[in-house]
Amino acid sequence: MVSGSNSANGASLPPNGAKAAPPTDVHILWITAGLGCDGDSVSITAAEQPSIEDILFGAIPGLPKVHLHNPVLAYEVGDEFMKFFYDAEAGRLEPFVLVVEGSIPNENIKREGYWAAMGTDPDTGQPITTCEWIDRLAPKALAVIGCGTCATYGGIHAMAGNPTGCMGLADYLGWNWRSKAGLPIVNVPGCPVQPDNFTETVLYLLYQVAGLAPMIPLDDQLRPTWLFGKTVHEGCDRAGYYEQGDFALEYGSPKCLVKVGCWGPVVNCNVTKRGWMRGIGGCPNVGGICIGCTMPGFPDKFMPFMDEPPGARVSTAGIGAYGKMIRALRSMTNTTVNKEPKWRHNRAHLTTGYRVERH
Amino acid sequence: MATTVLPQKEQSGSTRKLVEMNWDPITRIVGSLGIFTKIDFENREVAECYSTSSIFRGYSVFMKGKDPRDAHFITSRICGICGDNHATCAVYAQNMAFGVKPPPLGEWMINLGEAAEYMFDHCLYQDNLVGVDFCENMVKETNPEVWTKAQQTSAPNAEKHGFRTIADIMTALNPFTGEFYRETLQASRYTREMFCLMEGRHVHPSTLYPGGIGTPATVQVFTDFAVRLVRYAEFMKRVVPLHDDLFNFFYEALPGYEKVGQRRILLGCWGSFNDPETCDYKYKNMSEWGRNMFVTPGVIVDGQLVTNDLVQINLGMRILLGSSYYDSWENAEMFVKRDPLGNPIDRNHPWNQTTIPKPQKRDFAGNYTWVMSPRWFDKRTGDHLALDTGGGPIARLWATALSGLVNLEYIKATGNSVKIRLPKTALKPETEFEWKIPQWSNAIERDRARTYFQAYACAAAFHFLEQGMKEIHAGRTKTWSEFTVPEEAIGCGFHEAVRGVLSHHVVIRDGKIANYHPYPPTPWNANPRDIYGTPGPYEDAVQNTPIFENNGPENFKGIDIMRAVRSFDPCLPCGVHMYDGETKVLETRHVPMYGVGGSKE
Repeated sequence: MVSGSNSANGASLPPNGAKAAPPTDVHILWITAGLGCDGDSVSITAAEQPSIEDILFGAIPGLPKVHLHNPVLAYEVGDEFMKFFYDAEAGRLEPFVLVVEGSIPNENIKREGYWAAMGTDPDTGQPITTCEWIDRLAPKALAVIGCGTCATYGGIHAMAGNPTGCMGLADYLGWNWRSKAGLPIVNVPGCPVQPDNFTETVLYLLYQVAGLAPMIPLDDQLRPTWLFGKTVHEGCDRAGYYEQGDFALEYGSPKCLVKVGCWGPVVNCNVTKRGWMRGIGGCPNVGGICIGCTMPGFPDKFMPFMDEPPGARVSTAGIGAYGKMIRALRSMTNTTVNKEPKWRHNRAHLTTGYRVERH
Repeated sequence: MATTVLPQKEQSGSTRKLVEMNWDPITRIVGSLGIFTKIDFENREVAECYSTSSIFRGYSVFMKGKDPRDAHFITSRICGICGDNHATCAVYAQNMAFGVKPPPLGEWMINLGEAAEYMFDHCLYQDNLVGVDFCENMVKETNPEVWTKAQQTSAPNAEKHGFRTIADIMTALNPFTGEFYRETLQASRYTREMFCLMEGRHVHPSTLYPGGIGTPATVQVFTDFAVRLVRYAEFMKRVVPLHDDLFNFFYEALPGYEKVGQRRILLGCWGSFNDPETCDYKYKNMSEWGRNMFVTPGVIVDGQLVTNDLVQINLGMRILLGSSYYDSWENAEMFVKRDPLGNPIDRNHPWNQTTIPKPQKRDFAGNYTWVMSPRWFDKRTGDHLALDTGGGPIARLWATALSGLVNLEYIKATGNSVKIRLPKTALKPETEFEWKIPQWSNAIERDRARTYFQAYACAAAFHFLEQGMKEIHAGRTKTWSEFTVPEEAIGCGFHEAVRGVLSHHVVIRDGKIANYHPYPPTPWNANPRDIYGTPGPYEDAVQNTPIFENNGPENFKGIDIMRAVRSFDPCLPCGVHMYDGETKVLETRHVPMYGVGGSKE
């Protein structure tokens, strides 16, 4: 467990609809044992807005104390770590938020064994599947968050031809699933998740738990609307090139990348606005084509990644003539505004137009 | 708990009382790892160890038939802490298969990105994950007498790092509250910013492509990188002496600690940082450009360099099934019978591997993990060597030191050491560190090498930065070269992922991927007993580990085992668990015994 102090477990959740004092403590149980890469856990160690320390040490006023149980960061090992999960299952760790990272395999398609597991069943000596843990914990959670594209929609491991039949959390629990507190699944996609997008979503939910914010606004893909309501292109500093019909035809160019594979115009993501860390990095804004990694259709609907998206062919042709004309006009104006006015000189008389007023 | 059925090896000699202790999952690593052991508390040693991984994803299966240009985007997703190493290695393999060589500036920028990855990843792992095993809280819980001694021991390098006693260092490593823990977390962030400056995003890069990199090469990008690099160099001037003090103290405080995690010196390094002057990505020239890498490849057996030739390294790779959940591919197609130089390629080589997953019950007497057993075939002896990477740095420094080929302004390989020079920074003078080949391949030396390699990556980055700036100043700002995808081709990439050897092997047919097999470091380290019964390196290293922890079976932390396992920097998005189980007493006699099983809580 990682937390600011070892205070006792928080108050249990008030019954649905009842007004009660907000909990003083909230546990975050984090399962990384989906089919993933732990890249989302690693990603949150990069977050600074807010940082994981900010959340754990109460640097932000009004929040309950947070106890994080994440295998990548935990002090405890083995059963000492698993104890929190068993406690949560038994209702002894209330309230808790369940975070799932990695896609959910289909364990029904094979005779025996496991695709993904966490811990060992004391009765059978066999691994406990990740699906089993979700079944045990989701009904008891205050909220369930899918962290990263694998957990939200299946992601890379759910690509065509995959042997595990894996899927996103909502495919597994049902798109209309509600937590016992009435919250839908909260999806924060991204491959990996943008660090601040995730910690900020957790922060919002903590405000909500504390009674300081209304129900988290989500779109029909269960994404926070303030993070995923705009497209990559709408936030891209290369969109100006697009407007002028000026397209990169090779990688390494500073121009708009749609003709060399960028899907930014149709992808919901704020990376071009937010950058990757502290405003640094990103995707098309720094020369990387958008491959749609936040999207439910990722990866198959964007492959082969380096080909021009079919839609871009039409739209870039359309913008071509207009863009060329605009570029030419702007170039003329640009030349004009690149010249200083003619009255700035070092000659012996003033030519600014100033006249001494005499009264 | 019940039926963790461990096979019992025949024990000659008298009765031993073994206690089964398991840790599942092992935390503070990446991925899921379970370590199942039997411990002889009376003799204070680990008798047996099994390592198991609990995740299967199937990259080699679902990549078939995909566009070969997509390989680096897809394989980056193998790993969430060094995905970019995969993307880079895939790009190397694509470059070979497509016959393309990036412009020199593109290569320098990729080297800068990868150097930043080493700086970040080792930093986070060393002091935010491994460091916790050496922190005040942990040492007090496992060895109070060591804590007492630490309080009385002055840190020899106190003036360099600022901590007066060894205990002060341990306190500073306490998770989240420790001063040094928090500083390291910050360092792991600005080094990731450096990474993002070159490769766009951490951990799955956005700007890498076959043929080079898409990041526009501007003065600004290099300035932003440089100011952070200098900050890290200054940080390193404190971090290296700090770890020397901490690790030397463990040898002193716990005599015999060199045995923890020790195994035979069997190290592999596949080389890192290509030199654009010689690297043309042609297989037939691979021996030469491999030796020119800025981290030299090498296979080291019993302290001797067997080869530093990437072609020989490639030819020796074998993937054995052993105790893993897969079917054999002995009747599957042979994709590559000979390499481009005419050398025969084995059926068990990654180019010819066919992955056939077969989920099944875990059985420690049979198959118990999703990890296969990579081995390196030593043609001198006919042995299938269970090489390890020691978490990466120890093998990289060892191979580089023995070869004596790297000779830069900032780094010199001497034949028995590596000298690393960091230039003057804001508050610290120019500083030289010398990593000397250690006596042992053990937990402490693996961890020590990590801190020296952080300095190595930093020093190498100064070189790459200067070379890149030269290109920009000369107006050669192209970072990417055009290519076409051939209908038929093969390719291989060799790189060092943060935690060690990384290879990608691709076969292209009809313009699509016909076969693709990545081999990251963790399969080399975390693998199970192979078909010859040879245990994998974790198993081997833990089985040799003496127990120094004071706690008995009732409140055993397994800290010495944890230090042994974590020294390899386990990264198992291909899976492993350690499991702190209830104790179970076994009587082991001189007859084989099965079905350890049984007791319930």
